[in-house]
Amino acid sequence: MPVRHPGRWVATAAVLVLVAMLVHSLLTNANFGWSVVGHYFFAAPVVRGLVLTLELTAAAMLIGVVLGVCLAILRLSPNPILSSSAWCYIWFFRGTPVFVQILFWYNIAALFPHVGLGAPFGPQVVRGDANTLVTSIVAAILALGLNEAAYYAEIVRAGILSVDHGQVEAAQSLGMRRIQLMRKVVLPQAMRVIVPPTGNETISMLKTTSLASVAAVTELLYSAQQIYARTYQTIPLLIMASIWYLILTTVLTIGQYYVERHYARGTSYELPPTPLQRMTGALAHRTARRRVAAVGGAAPGPLRGPG
Amino acid sequence: MAAPMVLAEAVHKRYGHLEVLKGISLEVDARQVMCLLGPSGSGKSTFLRCINHLEQINSGRLWVDGTLVGYAERGGRLHELPEREVCRRRTEIGMVFQRFNLFPHLTVLENVVMAPVVVKGEARGVVTERARRLLDRVGLSAKVAAYPNQLSGGQQQRVAIARALAMEPKLMLFDEPTSALDPELVGEVLDVMRALAEDGMTMVVVTHEIGFAREVGDTLVFMDAGVVVEAGPPRDVIANPQHERTRTFLSKVL
Ligand SMILES: Nc1ncnc2c1ncn2[C@@H]1O[C@H](COP(=O)(O)OP(=O)(O)OP(=O)(O)O)[C@@H](O)[C@H]1O
Ligand SMILES: [Mg+2]
Repeated sequence: MPVRHPGRWVATAAVLVLVAMLVHSLLTNANFGWSVVGHYFFAAPVVRGLVLTLELTAAAMLIGVVLGVCLAILRLSPNPILSSSAWCYIWFFRGTPVFVQILFWYNIAALFPHVGLGAPFGPQVVRGDANTLVTSIVAAILALGLNEAAYYAEIVRAGILSVDHGQVEAAQSLGMRRIQLMRKVVLPQAMRVIVPPTGNETISMLKTTSLASVAAVTELLYSAQQIYARTYQTIPLLIMASIWYLILTTVLTIGQYYVERHYARGTSYELPPTPLQRMTGALAHRTARRRVAAVGGAAPGPLRGPG
Repeated sequence: MAAPMVLAEAVHKRYGHLEVLKGISLEVDARQVMCLLGPSGSGKSTFLRCINHLEQINSGRLWVDGTLVGYAERGGRLHELPEREVCRRRTEIGMVFQRFNLFPHLTVLENVVMAPVVVKGEARGVVTERARRLLDRVGLSAKVAAYPNQLSGGQQQRVAIARALAMEPKLMLFDEPTSALDPELVGEVLDVMRALAEDGMTMVVVTHEIGFAREVGDTLVFMDAGVVVEAGPPRDVIANPQHERTRTFLSKVL
């Protein structure tokens, strides 16, 4: 075969050398402390931190998505009071660092020592101490969730605007009210635009929860920090945490792929096969070819495996 | 005598400074078919959209089946209706669009079933049965499970008609229902509309299909630049137009 891409070969060689150097360092540099990584990988505090990280991610994303959808619908409301309120919310929460927001909620008791439910400016029915109500975990969830809502609202808004206006008119002509047509017609179609960034947001949230360590929330990173504060094995424990984050984001990425496929329905004639289907298809095709070859027949066409 | 199904009196509509409807007055009796004809930009779609209050009129009066569209009249003053009431009245008026506007994320059957269930709260089983009957009537019983993008334009438009009929409207509005279709698909949609007219549906049809207007229409209205130039029985207007503008327009489309 002729060498058609000399540049590509040079690049490949360079990459291979770099990879070899990296692998060599990973294996021979004792400072990586692989045995320490392995030792703590399933340690009880680490697993508890991992679970808390997942819980924080889920709770914050739930608040972010629900509130974000509401904000987006308000932002597109014909009522100017509603739409400008939503605009202000987004302006404020996108305009301040989430790190500061976490610290802020963590220290909310300094601003409002007591929180209560009651009539505006009137007597309070329920009354509580802010310090006991807003624990460090609640502070983290509030900060991450409310901040996420501001970003998510913009994602949803872009999704809603991507739906052809004829869809809205058709739904209106059938007598659907604004909320009904949003739920049944616009949002399901906006999903195609909303879902991919939602995956990104979730992955990003998973990692952002590590900021909660400043509020002494014992999620994954803080659990690792607590261990190396005792043992001084900083690098191995940070590596361990990173590996866990990588595993979790990989799982989320795979999940995202399938959710995206689900919302692509009705947009193309037929969905392309998933990597898994492609793999099993190729395997089936190979075995079928071998069987056919064994009985002396012709191989099936290259594109179709046996049904 | 029963009130006309549609009654318009000096309907005006502006977009900013652009006056699109400059006093439209006309009426459509129940079980009648009115065809609206006119050059592009003359305000045909706008008028149609005023009838189901997709557009608000700026002055004049518009009634559907004896009730004012979009407003309630109390003590000689007009009060805007709440969304709930506007929507309830829209359920009685079906609309078919030039570009079909089927819901692409739903199958053909779901397209037809959705609104009666969601809007009128009817039982899904009852609506599904009616939807199948309607799809059979427009010749698409074999396509109930297909998605809109798997259908030809003509098939999509027939689904759109079935979707509107599933709400059991007393008035149907058609905005150039065949203009986006390949010529060989126009006939199948017009056939469905003809059958609907024969069943006694009241229809307002914006169309450039002169043959359809002549055979199916009870009245033909020619609009230009936001006014009704000429109206009458289709055969008379087509064979013997009274106005120069009508003559010019007909000579182009005939
Ligand atoms: N939402 C809008 N905002 C501003 N101008 C509009 C709007 N909708 C329509 N118009 C204008 O109103 C005029 C009448 O439009 P309309 O769609 O009613 O015409 P039409 O008779 O249906 O034409 P066609 O045959 O091209 O569909 C046009 O000049 C159009 O540009
Ligand atoms: Mg038009």
